[in-house]
Amino acid sequence: MSNHLKDIILKIWRQNGPKDSGHFETYKVDEISDEASFLEMLDYLNEQLITDGKEAIVFDHDCREGICGTCSLMINGQAHGPERSTATCQLHMRKFSSGAEIVIEPWRAAAFPIIKDLMVDRSAFDRIIESGGFITSVTGGAPDANLIPIPKPVADSAMDSAECIGCGACVAACPNGAANLFTSAKIAHLNLLPQGQAERYKRAESMIEKMDEYFGSCTNHGECEAACPKEISIDVIALANADYRKAKLKNRKFISRI
Amino acid sequence: MSTQLNSKIPAGPLGDKWSSYKEDVKLVNPNNKLKFKVIVVGTGLAGASAAATLAELGYQVDAFTFHDSPRRAHSIAAQGGINAAKNYQGDGDSVHRLFHDTIKGGDFRAREANVHRLAEVSVNIIDQMVAQGVPFAREYGGLLDNRSFGGAQVSRTFYARGQTGQQLLLGAYQQLARQVGLGGVRLFNRSELVDVVTVEGRAAGIVVRDLITGEVTSHAAHAVVLATGGYGNAFFLSTNAMSCNVTAAWRAHRKGAYFANPCYTQIHPTCIPQSDEFQSKLTLMSESLRNDGRVWVPKNQDEKRSAADIPEEDRDYYLERLYPSYGNLAPRDISSRAAKRAVDKGLGVGPLKNGVYLDFADAIARLGKDVVKERYGNLFDMYERIAGENPYDMPMRMYPASHYTMGGLWVDYELMTSIPGLYAAGEANFSDHGANRLGASALMQGLADGYFVLPYTIGNYLAPMLNKAIPSVDHPEFKAAELAARERFTGYLNIGGTRSPDWFHREVGKIIWDYCGMERTEQGLEKALSELPALYDEFKKDLRVTGNGESLNQTLEKAGRVDDFFQLGMLMCRDALERQESCGGHFRAEYQTEEGEALRDDDKFCHVAAWEWSGDPMTAKRNVEELEFENVHLATRSYK
Repeated sequence: MSNHLKDIILKIWRQNGPKDSGHFETYKVDEISDEASFLEMLDYLNEQLITDGKEAIVFDHDCREGICGTCSLMINGQAHGPERSTATCQLHMRKFSSGAEIVIEPWRAAAFPIIKDLMVDRSAFDRIIESGGFITSVTGGAPDANLIPIPKPVADSAMDSAECIGCGACVAACPNGAANLFTSAKIAHLNLLPQGQAERYKRAESMIEKMDEYFGSCTNHGECEAACPKEISIDVIALANADYRKAKLKNRKFISRI
Repeated sequence: MSTQLNSKIPAGPLGDKWSSYKEDVKLVNPNNKLKFKVIVVGTGLAGASAAATLAELGYQVDAFTFHDSPRRAHSIAAQGGINAAKNYQGDGDSVHRLFHDTIKGGDFRAREANVHRLAEVSVNIIDQMVAQGVPFAREYGGLLDNRSFGGAQVSRTFYARGQTGQQLLLGAYQQLARQVGLGGVRLFNRSELVDVVTVEGRAAGIVVRDLITGEVTSHAAHAVVLATGGYGNAFFLSTNAMSCNVTAAWRAHRKGAYFANPCYTQIHPTCIPQSDEFQSKLTLMSESLRNDGRVWVPKNQDEKRSAADIPEEDRDYYLERLYPSYGNLAPRDISSRAAKRAVDKGLGVGPLKNGVYLDFADAIARLGKDVVKERYGNLFDMYERIAGENPYDMPMRMYPASHYTMGGLWVDYELMTSIPGLYAAGEANFSDHGANRLGASALMQGLADGYFVLPYTIGNYLAPMLNKAIPSVDHPEFKAAELAARERFTGYLNIGGTRSPDWFHREVGKIIWDYCGMERTEQGLEKALSELPALYDEFKKDLRVTGNGESLNQTLEKAGRVDDFFQLGMLMCRDALERQESCGGHFRAEYQTEEGEALRDDDKFCHVAAWEWSGDPMTAKRNVEELEFENVHLATRSYK
């Protein structure tokens, strides 16, 4: 049952704004229940800081159920910390022990500038979706939902890719700061479905080129898959690359005949 | 005498109201739509779908979210599914049945015409979402699969694993993103509404605070849509996301929008109990677990043995005992209250004795571990991650938590609040769920409002405004609102007290939960109404916000939200006190049947209470909209 961890040493990145150079500051949490989540431990620390008249540490978070993708944090050099397929908000202190020293940093990537302390700007992800991560379907004009049967394995596979929560751990874990897992997951989700075929090649082309404006290149390290809280497979990158290549090779005017 | 509220329900038979409305509604010519600006606040299911569709039609749309991206909205956390009267299973479903189930589920406290429209457009939602690429679960033949949910005798719930809300939100977000890319929507992220501006009684725009720079700016428009979610975080501990708040709706209320039925809140029976005093939020576990799990508590208050060592004769399977025909599948409100009673009697389990067991041992023995894993594997994993116990070996511990609010801004049939030109959609309005919402109906309502209702009704308001000037952001009302907002936030920083906003939130939430939670009494509510203003005074004197107002400051953001929760909390208690009956999620201990069920008073309370701001929530005026039932018979819900 519930135990208390003692003397947790936290080395936390503090940076007052995008232009500030930033530095690590060391804090001590004397005692915390192992039932607490990692973010509740930070809440607790922030309460202490406010009591001491100091400014609270800024970090992004919201649903705390591992689904909204708002939380981030490099914890001891690992995106979302030590537990596999777990977002930071679902990590609990029972994974640590008394006296632990924990280094907490923001996502580090050129495309994710730091806003303040541990919070970064991930809006480059929105720009990628805006460039083609959708199926054009005007409200009101859709045919009956059961008109096009979709084989279960296809629907399941699309769902596997669609589970991406857009947290950016893949980018933070990648030595190149590449966003291929995020971008390809969306391409795979929509390009696998019959509804997505009309815009399939245009989508792959515009999303990947938009991605390249912001992010580094993929060199198949596979760190993204290991860091992904939803365990999205890097197979999606192969699928997106194949569609991108086809989009470039074929004259798009004739795609419909192939 | 109270003000007469005009719900603008179209004449004619129930089934024809919406189609005849659409036939008569005023239209705006496609080229003229460009001349209108619409502000949409919030980018969850209702907001994103409304913004995308309005832009698709040609209106200029400005969309605001306090998140870093529209995709973060809390619609994303809905697990179970979305209802639609498709009758794909051939099991006798129809628009009328979905309408009837929703009215009955809401304990006869919703408007017939709104609910019927909701049931009508439910079928369009599924078509629309499939066309957008939402990967709903399918049968092997490739057609859509359905599951059944509480309060219905048909299988009409569409789902995408345990992440239906996520997939629907991403669908709506992608449509919104497409419009942002095309230039139809201007997106303002990390921007929080701090005031609604009215000029000569009409909505003229909003004032927002840029969360990164602290800058306060005005935005003018022909119409404003608030799709800003519910107020479940008033209780502090809830299953809502951390930043869910009532500010947008509350600021609109203070500018004249009526707030309807604030006491209608839903408590979900299966959430993971609080584990320590620093707990920030509660996590909901899908209601579907009760299909195979058995709920029990020990018979003895001093029970020290672990669950597996407690023999059958020392266990009380109280739901099976009290509600033999529904058993563990008794509805949400009834199961929640039964769990509360067990824990209040000292029979709770777990280290803090604040939960009840949900036991899968029998299911595992009967079906085998593999079948149980196939059905609930992801939920079991989630439970283990949070509670640190393996539910295959030990029963889960569960306790009810606040999870949805049926009350909200009063709106008419067109989803317009009592301020002309100001609309409310999704959980932010009060319109469709009465006193209790059925499972899988929140997603349906959000998308119905945004995709299929607002795009029609807004045109009806805008058409006569063509080529008429609207107040600009230089208007004195905007300047006054900006000044008030700046003073408000500077004020929090200048108090210089000793307690953080979170401390006050926890305290105010505790009062609301204790006296205006699952079970309410006259005495308790009166106590709350004396404690809340006292604590609010302390808040105004002893708040401490560190940092400054010119850069990102989450403590300052929180201070504003907690301030509004205080005021809302008083109105919730007043509404609960005035409603001298029990209905749905509002259970007054004084009004119950001999079996302990909710006892409505249709003679006195078959109405909507729409509260009017008077300068202080303690003196708000209660207006009444009578509810008329012409198509369903007012009956007592029974789940025995």
